[in-house]
Amino acid sequence: MRQLGPNDIIFILAAVRWTLVLSLAAFLGGAIGGVLVALARTSEFRWLRLPATGYIKIFQGTPLLMQLFLAFFVPGLFGWSVNPWTAAALGLSLHASAFLGEIWRGAIENVPRGQWEAATSLGLRYAPKMALVIAPQAVRIAIPPTIGFLVQLIKGTSLASIIGFVELTRAAQVINNATFRPFTIFALVALVYFLVCWPLSAYSKRMERKLLVASR
Amino acid sequence: MSYEFDFADVFAAWPELLQGLVNSLVLSALAMAIGMVVALAGALGTTSGPKPLRWAIHGYIELIRNTPFLVQIFLIFFGLPALGMRLSSNTAALLALVVNVGAYGIEIIRAGIESIQKGQIEAGRSLGLRPLQIFRLIILKPAIQAIYPSLTSQFILLMLNSSVCSAIAANELTAVAGDIQSRTFRSFEVYFIVTCMYFGMSVFFWTMFAAIERTFLRKPTR
Repeated sequence: MRQLGPNDIIFILAAVRWTLVLSLAAFLGGAIGGVLVALARTSEFRWLRLPATGYIKIFQGTPLLMQLFLAFFVPGLFGWSVNPWTAAALGLSLHASAFLGEIWRGAIENVPRGQWEAATSLGLRYAPKMALVIAPQAVRIAIPPTIGFLVQLIKGTSLASIIGFVELTRAAQVINNATFRPFTIFALVALVYFLVCWPLSAYSKRMERKLLVASR
Repeated sequence: MSYEFDFADVFAAWPELLQGLVNSLVLSALAMAIGMVVALAGALGTTSGPKPLRWAIHGYIELIRNTPFLVQIFLIFFGLPALGMRLSSNTAALLALVVNVGAYGIEIIRAGIESIQKGQIEAGRSLGLRPLQIFRLIILKPAIQAIYPSLTSQFILLMLNSSVCSAIAANELTAVAGDIQSRTFRSFEVYFIVTCMYFGMSVFFWTMFAAIERTFLRKPTR
């Protein structure tokens, strides 16, 4: 065992970049998947709605940790070996696709019915109707819960440490195993997560309140 | 795909899996029950406590909501002993879940308290309802109706979150999966079955909570 030195602290603090990179990758992957899920979920075709609903239910009804384990082991079935980074990014992206899909479905359905009818009666087809009429209004509604979910996602990246990806939490464990100062180290890590997540939470809450006032 | 599935070893371990499932349910139910007591106390503190207490409770809520559960559980399991408080992994898991769900519960219960309308109580009184009737029909039932959906989904979230307790080797379903995996090397099979078990629990609770809501908490149709 050795003393907890400044280099250890720097190692832990620097590992936050992997938490941020993983969060960003998962959010981008989840945004692409989430748009597809939301569109399928609000589609007029049953054969698109049903699988999208099932996809959302499966990810809402199982632990994120299990999703990450399966993202790690399933590619192996096809003979692809994945490293922890790929597995974590894949698992979190699929997870985010389901949750963002559900959030954005709600936002799309919240656009007043009259807007859909007006767009249709103007002769707009599906794509321009969605892109020019529905999406701009849905985005406004969707921003606060989307940011709220981003906070969930950032916290969720800590589970990538369990499948062996070295991000903030894993870095803390590594240093703790060598120096055994658990209280200091994990309190520091909690503080770093807090500094990343709290401004986002506060922003999301403020936006939500603004929307509530605007809709009154 | 050249992989050969072999579920035999996993199915052979069914007594362990069943025990793990029961442990997860007990852990979640206990954490929810104690967590709601914490949440009720916290909600009363934020609605009618002195200012320093309110700030402390808000600090607690923000701290828990903006840090990962895994870090909270590490802080409790590894950090507290360094301050002289030694906990078994099961106790630490329960404590971490209580601390976590307590913070989310405060907001939910506060919303329930705020949904009670003073005018309704006065209306009930002027209709000649007895105090117990007022409490049951005008305070308790609408408040439960208001918080029921968020409370039940919070419980399912807690149940799914309890899988993280395997990180400190608490005695629950995911930890059992880890044990079986390290013994049989059938990683995919174990985690697939256990994932299905969690999904089964979620479906069970979704269905049950919806049935309870339909039967007991139906709102009068206008």
